[in-house]
Amino acid sequence: METTVNNPGATRRDKLRVTSSLQTPDKVNVRRLRRSYRQIRTENAFRKTLIIMALAIFVLVVGIMITLIVQSIPSMKLLGVKYLWGKVWDPVQDIYGAYPFLLGTLLTSFLALIISVPFSFAVAIVLGEYYPRGWFSNLLKNVVELIAAIPSVIYGFWGLFVLVPIVRNFELKIGVQPMGVGIFTSSVILSIMVIPYAASMGREMIRMVPSPLKEGAYSLGATRWEVIRSIIMPYTKSGLFAGVLLSLGRALGETMAVTMVIGNTSLIPKNIFSPGNTMASVIANEFTEAASPVYLSALIELGLVLFLVTVVINMIGKRIIKRFTNE
Amino acid sequence: MEHTIVRTEKFNAYFGANHVVKDVNISIPKNNVVAVMGPSGCGKTTFLRCINRMHELIAGATCEGEMLLNNEDVYDMHPIFVRLKIGMVFQRPNPFPNLSIYDNVIAGYKLNGIKMAKAEKDKIVENSLSRAALWNEVKDSLHKKGTFLSGGQQQRLCIARAIAMEPEVLLLDEPTSALDPISTASVEELLFELKKNYTLIIVTHNMQQAARVSDRTAFFYLGELVEYDDTKQMFTNPKDTRTQNYITGRFS
Repeated sequence: METTVNNPGATRRDKLRVTSSLQTPDKVNVRRLRRSYRQIRTENAFRKTLIIMALAIFVLVVGIMITLIVQSIPSMKLLGVKYLWGKVWDPVQDIYGAYPFLLGTLLTSFLALIISVPFSFAVAIVLGEYYPRGWFSNLLKNVVELIAAIPSVIYGFWGLFVLVPIVRNFELKIGVQPMGVGIFTSSVILSIMVIPYAASMGREMIRMVPSPLKEGAYSLGATRWEVIRSIIMPYTKSGLFAGVLLSLGRALGETMAVTMVIGNTSLIPKNIFSPGNTMASVIANEFTEAASPVYLSALIELGLVLFLVTVVINMIGKRIIKRFTNE
Repeated sequence: MEHTIVRTEKFNAYFGANHVVKDVNISIPKNNVVAVMGPSGCGKTTFLRCINRMHELIAGATCEGEMLLNNEDVYDMHPIFVRLKIGMVFQRPNPFPNLSIYDNVIAGYKLNGIKMAKAEKDKIVENSLSRAALWNEVKDSLHKKGTFLSGGQQQRLCIARAIAMEPEVLLLDEPTSALDPISTASVEELLFELKKNYTLIIVTHNMQQAARVSDRTAFFYLGELVEYDDTKQMFTNPKDTRTQNYITGRFS
């Protein structure tokens, strides 16, 4: 603009031409700039949305934690740390001890792991090493994954109608009180439910073993079993362990199926065939009848303990995986 | 007459319907280095892997014809015995990452569940590493992981691992293709030493290497054994025009 103003010899027409010739590229630039500003704004908004959504998850977890802590304060005040190893759970007299349920949770979960791990590893090795492709492989893989997809109430039903009578007969034969329901039955149900976690993880790990390594062993005259034992297992041990840990996490928290077959008693289990309760099953079972505030608070504190147990087991697991991988 | 150790009669190999090795007749004399060369995809590696029955480990891979080791068909033997008699070194060094150098060398014995006294193991380890020209470099770090070694050292470790089993034949599948020139030279030098005790069959797509290291050379083209002759003869006066074209660099 200034050039036209400071040019006295120019006619109006000239002025116009000069101005327009100056303006045109400017306008284009501005439009282009506007567009890129808009892009930057979208970009920023997109990034902010993502961060906010991610943070929301964090806030949610912290919020759950805080709720659990705040709600369990009445019970903590009344019972203190004694709560953890208190052996009696008697809501009528307002005595609450979490020990029977802590024991029940750990017993059912680890027993379930002991039963399920051989099957998980077998599935992982069959799918990862023996039949990585083909219809049989696909069928088995889908069936195993289906195990994880079935709602747990269905396992509970199946447990009640099929497993409980079988266990009862077994108990009659070995001469323990024939209840059918109890810690052992829950462990068996759980062991089936947790198979897919360790199996899928193990399958992926075993598939990732580099074939030159396996061929190296075969070329030295190793058999399939020797290759699995000496090459594949050491190479995948941290992954296999991580899978077992996933299974354990699932077993610790499983509620519905366990509640249906564990027998729901607050007594300390005498042996693995005794009825009992896990932390999750007590909460599910007694929440609706928790009339007094302390009763409710004691149940919520149970939830807090379960939460902490899973967090601690996860942390230990991660530590172990790290040590395996650093080796 | 030289003693023949490996001989094939109308040997064919397939991947599914894909005919990869066609009617190969070859006889390999004892304590020789035989180079198998040819352009990519000519079936030379497949042929090599048929000798110790590694080919059949791949799904859909089949073969037919006679593959004789000391006049006995390897396809009538159990694959495990075949592989104990015929060792193999692979394209990429593949020491077992979870084992020490020491354990890598005796891995064959370990895998086969052979128990030995420590003194005996020590002897095998030292002997094999010396013959693989690696002993002086690693004798102070035998219990470190084998994967800490350089590529060339790893490949010599794999050779030591293979010869620790005292095989009659050693198959080498492009053993230097993943190595730098200096490591290549050291592995090639080693091959000269090894042929005193073993029969070596080496697959290579490097003609200079074939010319340098081998006594006899086989030229594969499109799955056929085109020519098989004394190395000098082959490189100075090839009989087949396809061989001539290949060694003069007309196709690769």
